[in-house]
Amino acid sequence: MNISDPTETFRQEARELLDQLEAGLLDLEQDPSNDDLINSTFRALHTIKGSGAMFGFTAVAEFVHEFETAFDRVRKGQSKANTALIGVALDAKDHIHLLIENPDAPVDGGTEILVQLRAIVDGAAVGGHEEAAPAPVAAPAPAPVVAEAPKPADTGAKRWRLTFYLPSDALVYGTNPELLLKELAGIGPTDVLALTDRIPDLDIIDPEVSYLGWQVDIEVADDPTAAIDDVFLFLRDNMELTLAPLGGEAVAPVVEAPAPVIEVAVAAPSDDAMPEAPFVPEAPVAKAAPAKKAKAAEKAEAEKPAATSLRVPAERLDELMDRVGELVIAQARLSQIANSSSDTALKTIAEELERLSSGLRDTTMGIRMVPIGTIFSRFRRLVHDLSGELGKQIEFITTGEETELDKTVIERLADPLVHLIRNSVDHGLESAEKRVAAGKSPKGTVRLSAVYSGAEVAISVTDDGAGLNHERIRAKAEENGLITADAKLTEQELNHLIFAPGFSTAKEVTALSGRGVGMDVVKRTIDGLRGTIDVSTTPGKGSVFTLRLPLTLAIIDGMLIRVGDGRYTIPLAAVEECVELPVGLEASAKGRNFLDIRGSLVPYLRLREVFGLKGQGDEHEKVVIVSSGEGRVGLVVDQIIGNNQTVIKQLSKLHSGIKSFSGATILGDGTVALILDTAHLVASGQSYVERNLGRAA
Amino acid sequence: MSENQDFMTALTIRLEDELFAVEASRVREILDLVPITEVPSARAFVGGLINVRGRVVPLADLRVMFGMERPEPDEDTRIVVMEVDIDGEPTIAGILADKVHDVTDIEAASIEEAPKVGMRWRPEFVKGIGKRNGGFIIIPDMERIFETPGGRSASVAAPEERAAS
Repeated sequence: MNISDPTETFRQEARELLDQLEAGLLDLEQDPSNDDLINSTFRALHTIKGSGAMFGFTAVAEFVHEFETAFDRVRKGQSKANTALIGVALDAKDHIHLLIENPDAPVDGGTEILVQLRAIVDGAAVGGHEEAAPAPVAAPAPAPVVAEAPKPADTGAKRWRLTFYLPSDALVYGTNPELLLKELAGIGPTDVLALTDRIPDLDIIDPEVSYLGWQVDIEVADDPTAAIDDVFLFLRDNMELTLAPLGGEAVAPVVEAPAPVIEVAVAAPSDDAMPEAPFVPEAPVAKAAPAKKAKAAEKAEAEKPAATSLRVPAERLDELMDRVGELVIAQARLSQIANSSSDTALKTIAEELERLSSGLRDTTMGIRMVPIGTIFSRFRRLVHDLSGELGKQIEFITTGEETELDKTVIERLADPLVHLIRNSVDHGLESAEKRVAAGKSPKGTVRLSAVYSGAEVAISVTDDGAGLNHERIRAKAEENGLITADAKLTEQELNHLIFAPGFSTAKEVTALSGRGVGMDVVKRTIDGLRGTIDVSTTPGKGSVFTLRLPLTLAIIDGMLIRVGDGRYTIPLAAVEECVELPVGLEASAKGRNFLDIRGSLVPYLRLREVFGLKGQGDEHEKVVIVSSGEGRVGLVVDQIIGNNQTVIKQLSKLHSGIKSFSGATILGDGTVALILDTAHLVASGQSYVERNLGRAA
Repeated sequence: MSENQDFMTALTIRLEDELFAVEASRVREILDLVPITEVPSARAFVGGLINVRGRVVPLADLRVMFGMERPEPDEDTRIVVMEVDIDGEPTIAGILADKVHDVTDIEAASIEEAPKVGMRWRPEFVKGIGKRNGGFIIIPDMERIFETPGGRSASVAAPEERAAS
């Protein structure tokens, strides 16, 4: 990706704005009279239009202009944001997306969408999309806003006097007053007079501050309020502007707030950290006082994202991560040398470096961490569309949006989650009639949640539908030859059959799911992320799909242990505690390997046996208790060496089949140590419990 | 070793008392023996991991695949770090060599297909046998040797193609 390509920059920005737009529209559906939502939606549209035109996406700009025009009526309160409108608006958003992604290919359907949109905002065909569709009239030229704007009392006046002062920081942000004046001239013939009354003495002039004002007399038949409004869309929050018919009484000011028009130009300099700005007019201060605070707060909010976020190509972050990884390895070597030396100065600097590099590591990792909410919002649209297509009423609840995961993990999670949610909506939730018959609410619930769990994040998709149909899974698996007719399977094993390639229980293939691709792809993707997928189900009550994913793919804190001659690393986040293995426990336990940890039985595994090592363990063996999800298991080791920062290196295909290890790392002395896969070890510990308790019962 | 080339530039290494040739263009570097981390429950053929300039690299012992003795490393033992295709995926791996000889050109005309019978080792692991100075050089089929047990079925079907390439 070439970051300097302006079109690509525009596309990126537009994609984000479209996401914003979509989120805004969906929120609006829930809360149709929320002015803030309407305004932010409108702003997103306007920015797309502006930058689209700037980067030569004319088709986009034209389409968005029409969209915006229609939506403007909602903003002005002349039309309501009802479900039909949101539906068409979402279509329009998709259309814009197509236009942006394929600027050269002709994309059909735009005109129809606009006709529908207009029909709905006009209130003529609120009934549905179809009625409006058969009239694919060519989109009329811009400017209906002006025509439809509310007319003031009686406009005999043909000349209007517009007086404005730009915000003092307008020039800094690249506003060109000349262009504004030209735009005004586009509304009607103008006479322009510059107002120089605020220009200070030469020695205190700041060349970056806009001191000039303009008085513009416009000749126009209709009320130019809306048109002028558009010209100053991005500026008017902080500018002074009055408009009055010449020779007549003043009409309502353009700025919608009833507050006095002359206001924030005063507030702007101080807000923008330009205290040296010499211009402090006396008169307006008093008037501005009430509105000042609110405006300033609004402004601060508007500027916040711009000031605190930075666009960086992902490759540079990867590079940074690699460098930090190398630094951490070098630091580990230094620490090792320092520890075996008696030089206190060396020890001090090694400790200092350790602290710094672990701080640097955490910060670097933090840069890559993204809240999972960034993809959750996408699924709201998905559920909205599915709900319409399948005619099912669905309540979609998300929790844990703030849970953070590595950006690459999040990106690769999007597709599997789409599959899971589709699956839940399509197969999981029953139709409204069936739900009522089963004594449930006709409205189905799909819940998407994310939560930290040890060194992992657990993401679950829960539905309150019918649950997995074990008989059908079985029948299907036999039909596909996945299992034999007499195979005895546990419930868990049956559930897992749905992840087998080519498996699908849907009787009919719908457009959404049931093509037999999907669940196996989901499983493969999750495996690729070193995660696990699990499903549990209660007949008649619903199913839960749970994904467990490692927090990061790069560096972790580890605990270094020794078994035999080999050194291994256990992810520290999975370690609960370390205890000594009671001597003589084996004998008294009669071959059953359980530890009593404060009253609860924890199974333990001898890593020596797991690894197939010969020879006896040390005299005083230690047990490291690790957890994953719900389960715990004790790992018997010869020695606990200490903590280390672990740069995770993936194992090659030659070793990826060995389940006990999730990767490898390089120790301070340059040797390689394997990283234990705690989730796998806990699982085998659990199955050990089940076997033994089953035998005991 | 395509047929339109007159010779194959190869690195010759010794395993037990046989000469082997690997494509020189795939060799990254040759290392003295480094500490080897044993991977429990891995196949003996790829039982270790080594650190190559900050990378964790699997270490393979071709002697396992050719059914040879595996004496302890001595002062001649080297590790040849090279690129191999594992189930079609290019991977960096280390190969233990009892001794590394030299880089040499083997005339394509002198390379013969491995005889199906009469060899001490499994014929599918031998791509061909070249001649030099009156001696034989074994050209191992690295792709075949490095196939993972699961990935084998895919390529068994196409031995003819392989031989032609």
